[in-house]
Amino acid sequence: MKIVVLVKRVPDTASVFKVASDGRSVELDGLKFVMSPYDEHAVEEAIRLKEKMGAEVIVLSAGPPECKEVIRSALAMGADAGAHLLLPGDTGYASRGVAEALAVAAKTLEPDLILAGKQAVDDDAAQVPERVAELLDLPHASIVTRLECTATAVTVDCEVEGGQFTAELPLPALVTAQKGLNTPRYPTLPNIMKAKKKEIRELTLDKLGLSGDRLAAGMTVTAMALPRQQRLGKILDGDTAQRVKELVRALREDEKVL
Amino acid sequence: MSILAILEQRGGLKPCAYETLSAAATIAKASGMPLRALYIGAGLGEDAQSLAGFGAATVYAYEDPELTHFTPDAYVPIVVGLARELDAKVILGSATSVGKALCASVAGRLGVELAQDCTAVAWDSALAATKPLYAGKVVAEMRLDATPAMATLRPNVVRVERNETPPPSVVQRGKPEVTLRTIIRDVVSAAAGTVELTEAKIVVSGGRGLGDPKHWPVLQSLCDTLGAALGASRAAVDAGWIAHPHQVGQTGKVVSPDVYIACGISGAIQHQAGMRTARLIVAINKDPDAPIFKICDYGIVGDLFEIVPALNEEFRRVLGK
Ligand SMILES: Cc1cc2nc3c(=O)[nH]c(=O)nc-3n(C[C@H](O)[C@H](O)[C@H](O)COP(=O)(O)OP(=O)(O)OC[C@H]3O[C@@H](n4cnc5c(N)ncnc54)[C@H](O)[C@@H]3O)c2cc1C
Ligand SMILES: Nc1ncnc2c1ncn2[C@@H]1O[C@H](COP(=O)(O)O)[C@@H](O)[C@H]1O
Repeated sequence: MKIVVLVKRVPDTASVFKVASDGRSVELDGLKFVMSPYDEHAVEEAIRLKEKMGAEVIVLSAGPPECKEVIRSALAMGADAGAHLLLPGDTGYASRGVAEALAVAAKTLEPDLILAGKQAVDDDAAQVPERVAELLDLPHASIVTRLECTATAVTVDCEVEGGQFTAELPLPALVTAQKGLNTPRYPTLPNIMKAKKKEIRELTLDKLGLSGDRLAAGMTVTAMALPRQQRLGKILDGDTAQRVKELVRALREDEKVL
Repeated sequence: MSILAILEQRGGLKPCAYETLSAAATIAKASGMPLRALYIGAGLGEDAQSLAGFGAATVYAYEDPELTHFTPDAYVPIVVGLARELDAKVILGSATSVGKALCASVAGRLGVELAQDCTAVAWDSALAATKPLYAGKVVAEMRLDATPAMATLRPNVVRVERNETPPPSVVQRGKPEVTLRTIIRDVVSAAAGTVELTEAKIVVSGGRGLGDPKHWPVLQSLCDTLGAALGASRAAVDAGWIAHPHQVGQTGKVVSPDVYIACGISGAIQHQAGMRTARLIVAINKDPDAPIFKICDYGIVGDLFEIVPALNEEFRRVLGK
């Protein structure tokens, strides 16, 4: 069994973000980068499957040379090998092109199961895995909180508003991970050392027979801003009864929301 | 050419279905293209009448018991087929878990651009979308120049507007001839009467300040009075006091209710990521320096065990409950 995990390098969301001087992008200099948190759940699940039923786990990441760092962290968690698809320049908002490239790259790895995060916490694009699945014509399930796998099928619990459903998908298939799926492990020191020796295959668009034009985003960002919402900031005075009365009055009469 | 709105259902039509249709109606009007609606499910029935007032001339209803629940196998070919048939230039859906997965798959199959979880859309000779990034810390204005262009709208952000136009005529369609690879084994719905967090008009949330899971009824009574959904901070979820589907924030749900009432929640930046777009924020916290007071509209500094029951009483009195 071969499992491919899609991992993306993203800025740590604990960072303070600034809009760059062009007014249309985020200042990336000085930010700390990490593996997107939902991808950690995907990597963890792949390693658990490997431990349970035996599997080869390959992590695949597309992006700048620094992506190798997040591939290394996945290898330190226990993945067997990495594949890095080098993409030129900034690929923000290019979900369509990135998914096309990832689909071609993933196909060469011949996976039985592809795991990904439910969304990457930079662009919050929430679409690359589903696109990959459709391009490869694989059955797929999104926002998964439980997964069971046999040699021929995967059974998953998917979170939906107001409940969940259980679905069975024949392999090969693609599944996206939600937080409740598992608790990602921390790499141990010996495993970090071992990871340094594991292979990271280099892929390029050229090698895959793709042209760089396909990466061009069909979306233009015209402006970017920090959210600025004027809040009243009214701290109510008086004893409990007075404050509660005033709050209810304000919500009903001033704000007309109740 | 047309503008296509995908109507979300679970049993009946969801409130966000009308929001998506309303947003699509605005785009249809601005672009001069006709508005069409798409329903996929077990049966639209009387709900078709409730689609009056948006200017949609036709709703295409793909009805079959096998279409009750979403699977990409069954739903994606329907949307792709209809979008091609109607030459849809803009396709809008709801940014729910099902809506996002469906639209992402359709965008993949059609090879077109998609902006997910938008807080506004407009037509300006192309589809324009407002979309939060980086867990809501940054907001981008985008243009999707090529058509078809797709977007999903965050529930609760569109104000539904109706006019005098009649209900659409219903074009009945069956299920498509496709092999269903994915099999739905089981469906679990939340208990009847509970309000879904992401769609609630009012959310009452509790955090570590609750002290103990046995105190949830204090907040639940207020929820019952207001018809509100119960939310929680990650601290409360991580402590095992409540299940993860209730979590609001960066690694939980994003909610945009009319009123968000935070009780015993400090207002960490990751919590804000999930409730920042609420129309009004009310904070109840005993620490006057809690960050939540910096982003609230109304704040009460005090013990939630004193304030919340008093608030509940006052609401019951004025609402006559
Ligand atoms: C990567 C990452 C992702 C995260 N994602 C999320 C997320 O999705 N959602 C989320 O919520 N957090 C998230 N967090 C955690 C976040 O940073 C905070 O730790 C968390 O929100 C704190 O929860 P809290 O406000 O309930 O607890 P605390 O910060 O401990 O605040 C409790 C508050 O209750 C008040 N209080 C205590 N007793 C009373 C009383 N009797 N009456 C009134 N007030 C009282 C206190 O004054 C205090 O302000 C994330 C963190 C990280 C690093
Ligand atoms: N450049 C990339 N390289 C590898 N995986 C990616 C990349 N972009 C997105 N993904 C995968 O797709 C998931 C969802 O990303 P997104 O659609 O960008 O929100 C991520 O959690 C990853 O698993």
